[in-house]
Amino acid sequence: MSRHFKAKIINNLSLNGKNGLLSMEPLEPVINPEPGQFYMIGVSNSHDPFLKRPFSFFRKTSEGIQFLYEVRGRGTMMMKGFRGGEVINILGPLGKGYPEPGGDKTPLLIAGGIGIASVFSLVEAFAKRAYVFYGARDKEGLLMLDELEGLAGELIISTDDGSMGEKGTVVDVLNDFLTSDGSTELAEVFSLLTSYLIYACGPKPMLEAVSRIALGRGIKGYISAEENMACGVGACLGCAIKVKSQTLALCYKMVCKDGPVFPIEEILW
Amino acid sequence: MLWCGTPRLLPLYIWVFSHWNIGKRIRSRAIPYLFSIMDLTVNIGHLKLKNPVMTASGTFGYGEEYSEFVDLNRLGAVVVKGISLEPREGNPPPRICETPCGMLNTIGLQNVGLKRFLKEKLPYLRRFDTPVIVNILGNTVREYVRLSEALDNAGVDGIELNVSCPNVKKAGMIFGTDKKTLAMLVSKVRQSVKRAVLITKLSPSVSSIQEFSKIAEDSGSDAVSLINTISGMAIDIETGKPKLSNITGGLSGPAIKPIAVRMVWETYNAVKIPIIGMGGIMSAEDAIEFMLAGATAVAVGTANFANPEATVAIISGIEEYLGKKGMRGVKEIIGGLNNAQSYNNLNN
Repeated sequence: MSRHFKAKIINNLSLNGKNGLLSMEPLEPVINPEPGQFYMIGVSNSHDPFLKRPFSFFRKTSEGIQFLYEVRGRGTMMMKGFRGGEVINILGPLGKGYPEPGGDKTPLLIAGGIGIASVFSLVEAFAKRAYVFYGARDKEGLLMLDELEGLAGELIISTDDGSMGEKGTVVDVLNDFLTSDGSTELAEVFSLLTSYLIYACGPKPMLEAVSRIALGRGIKGYISAEENMACGVGACLGCAIKVKSQTLALCYKMVCKDGPVFPIEEILW
Repeated sequence: MLWCGTPRLLPLYIWVFSHWNIGKRIRSRAIPYLFSIMDLTVNIGHLKLKNPVMTASGTFGYGEEYSEFVDLNRLGAVVVKGISLEPREGNPPPRICETPCGMLNTIGLQNVGLKRFLKEKLPYLRRFDTPVIVNILGNTVREYVRLSEALDNAGVDGIELNVSCPNVKKAGMIFGTDKKTLAMLVSKVRQSVKRAVLITKLSPSVSSIQEFSKIAEDSGSDAVSLINTISGMAIDIETGKPKLSNITGGLSGPAIKPIAVRMVWETYNAVKIPIIGMGGIMSAEDAIEFMLAGATAVAVGTANFANPEATVAIISGIEEYLGKKGMRGVKEIIGGLNNAQSYNNLNN
């Protein structure tokens, strides 16, 4: 089984103007992905662009491996043009995903925008146990709501413009959730907070805010980071992320190999 | 002895032998092709490579990163990420961005340092029947000397002097863009390297690549490798910010290939030592182009990122080309530029 394989596009659904759902079937035996892992997808056979693009694994269905994507630049624009039957080059699954869902902690899954792609398979894995905080800029940006409704323990939606769910960012909603318990007994608050485990994926400012909240309240958890990547296998050293180190010296880890999922306390914002 | 093809080639054998008198030309093409006696070996100094395809420093990690995609035994040589005496953390992100037909990087020579390389990385590479060439960089001549001594003693097959990295302030480029400094550096390192071949990796950012390659040759280099990346820059017009943390970075990929081919050709006409050509090699055709311009061997760099199996695909492609052209060995390609005007005529 190789992690470098060819796959046939089954279909490429347009979900709205910006987002798409790409399903593909590997043409050879492949390794099963775990939640939070990613693939490098070849978007063109030409030299422009020539680097593969990293995409979080969304889910595996009878239709093959699925990816949820947002058109942001030239690469994703070309991806939008993929037609059923086309064969593309893929590398993956890569990196370290979220740790096995287990234990008795209450999972808080936090997704901002297209970050839902990374978190979705965890929602599935936690089978109705997870609180899912899902925010987007507007109603249009919220994807896969019907499926999420069925899989989440509780789904808390927010939009920046208030067009659906609560008005505000997912971070605001998370903050309210953690403070609105009404309990004043310090020990009670503490035991409640430590019973949570955070899993978050979304834009950098969101991840930073979630991390601060988690660290401030003593909640453990994980974030899935994003950085420009060329190789995806830890060779080019392009996708550096600052992490805390024992010494005073700066210390970087590689998002592709050491991540993309990191424990919250490890990242230096 | 003659029976080394597969049975399905039998009709071809019969055809070849029944037309034995057709002429030398056909025989010289058919025989190497049928009996696979193609010679892919090349020599870099006293180092014999099983084929001319190696990896470019900084694009193949320490070999292990790509070992699940490529049988490292198949490569001509593995050139590892640049090593310094002490570990280096590299530059802050963003470190890379893609540009038309190329990419900019400002990794900043992040590496594990000499000690960890010798302890953790080299033993792994030693398991393969492939020469290991170590790219080195220092802040001072002394550091280069200490590095090359240690690596030579550790038994590496080659040492590549990185005097051309555009992404760090102190080390690198300064040694490669000043003639006197380069001469002193190479000759000092030469004295301490006894077993390994000594390669100087030249910068494209010099007025005359010929002068610098000649200096490397005269100071004792066994070979030169070129080109390193070309300094470049990209700006995000929405934010007005540079796309790289370090503002500028090194451009690599197909965009720089014509520049690299030209510089290899110029160097070929200036020195007698072998040239390792690199810069945007994506396919066997690109590799052959470099060899026609005068490269004895080639290094595949950025292409590894796009296709982890690029190196082996290029080796097979070169073999096919030799067969198609009826050549017996890859050495026949080297410097085979079929030009109407010789280099000297052009420059007089």
